[in-house]
Amino acid sequence: MNKLTIPKIVPGIPRPQGFMTPLKRGAFLRYLGVSAAATGMLLAGCSDDDGDKAPSSVDLGSGDTGILNYAYLLEQLEAAFYVKVIDSPYANMPAEEKTLLMEIRDHELAHRDFFKAALGSAAIAGNVEFDFSTIDFSSRSSVLTTARAYEDLGVSAYNGAGVLLESPDFLLIAGKIVSVEARHASAIRDLLNPFTAAFSGDDVVTPSNGLDQARLPADVLAIAGTYVKTMVVFDNLPS
Amino acid sequence: MNLSRIFHAIESIDPEVYERTSNRRSLFNNLTSAGVKAAATIPLIVGSSLKSAYGKGSASVGDVLNYALTLEYLEDAFYKQGLMAEGLIPENRRAIFQQISKHESAHVEFLLGVLDSMDVTPVSKPEFDFTANGMYETVWSNYAVFLTLSQAFEDTGVRAYKGRAQELVGQAALTAALQIHSVEARHASMIRRLRAEKGWITGAQTNGAPPAVYAGEDVTMQGTVNVTGLGYTTAAATQAFDEPLTPDQVLAIAGPFIVAP
Repeated sequence: MNKLTIPKIVPGIPRPQGFMTPLKRGAFLRYLGVSAAATGMLLAGCSDDDGDKAPSSVDLGSGDTGILNYAYLLEQLEAAFYVKVIDSPYANMPAEEKTLLMEIRDHELAHRDFFKAALGSAAIAGNVEFDFSTIDFSSRSSVLTTARAYEDLGVSAYNGAGVLLESPDFLLIAGKIVSVEARHASAIRDLLNPFTAAFSGDDVVTPSNGLDQARLPADVLAIAGTYVKTMVVFDNLPS
Repeated sequence: MNLSRIFHAIESIDPEVYERTSNRRSLFNNLTSAGVKAAATIPLIVGSSLKSAYGKGSASVGDVLNYALTLEYLEDAFYKQGLMAEGLIPENRRAIFQQISKHESAHVEFLLGVLDSMDVTPVSKPEFDFTANGMYETVWSNYAVFLTLSQAFEDTGVRAYKGRAQELVGQAALTAALQIHSVEARHASMIRRLRAEKGWITGAQTNGAPPAVYAGEDVTMQGTVNVTGLGYTTAAATQAFDEPLTPDQVLAIAGPFIVAP
């Protein structure tokens, strides 16, 4: 069984910014600690609505399929976020920002649909439900800091998952996607802090070795869990 | 054994490598309990631990890492020289290039440290001519030319790492290579945007860079899936996936800038 550890703060590798307030984070960690540590489940809240389309839980599965479903889940999260960003743009969104965000939205949608097609019947079924209630879509700062956090998280997720893949073909596909996520992260970071070192900042690229972050699935899902309503079972993923 | 490199490697190896090293716990115990008195023995402990982390199939891993080292040498030399060229980089853009240069230097040191720990002889630093024998003779005085080459090197770097990832399946070195690969992509995106381009690659558009840098970037088939068939434009389908380059393709791109190996 995949042991779920409470996400630890690695010195010098801060968590992505803009995810959650310290209070919320603490609450989330307790939740994981009490409810999910033994089961390897990611419980980020129960959906009260009947949710015909939304499954009550999804199991990512095992092996390469599990890792691809994990990527599929993360791409669904990113795609749903950017769809909302474009559907309800923050006030006075400059044209060039809108173009950039629309293009990123389309890339994430393409990634999502690619995984769905590639996985076929092995894809996690139904619509995973997301909870974006902590994001203020009318605020440029809220939207862009969330985008930054998602993109940095996505980069770290692919970087950490690559070694778990057995198929060279899937590894290559993951490599083709992760560099695009890194391009997004760089652009979003530059929108927030133009023409500074932030695009590849010391908060994500360790200055002493020039390495970007890499996270294992359990750590990524613990962070992403804030935004995922559907219960995600990931204890069969390779580790 | 180069002690400073090993020490550098200690600080710099990512935690995930330790995660996958069976003697992770003993390594940390040794490091934390050894104390100052035993400092002389630490490099040996770490050397062997790194070797078990990176050493599996070390002939091919070493080959890939030496390939990466050559590219990092090229990038490192390029930015160091660019930052020294008076009047080349505008004052309000220097922070960007200092950051990139810092990373390329760190990549060189990191790769040297890993190769050393694997007892693989690193390739020597080539001699570079970034004018490519006069083809880019204003590279140190014309910012636009410098940016064009910067973009070419960064996008080539991204594609080069991607092209050899498959040789590292399941290896600890794969994670490190991916962690460098995504940094090159961050750089590439920024440089492209400095040139008023998109941070991502559309089709095989070159925007003034050598066409070989973007050869094959226009594919829309990913595995068995035709991404345009999913309802996406060719532009979006090609932007959403970066493509690899083979070592031969990379050599053809980098070759004109290498005077002597």
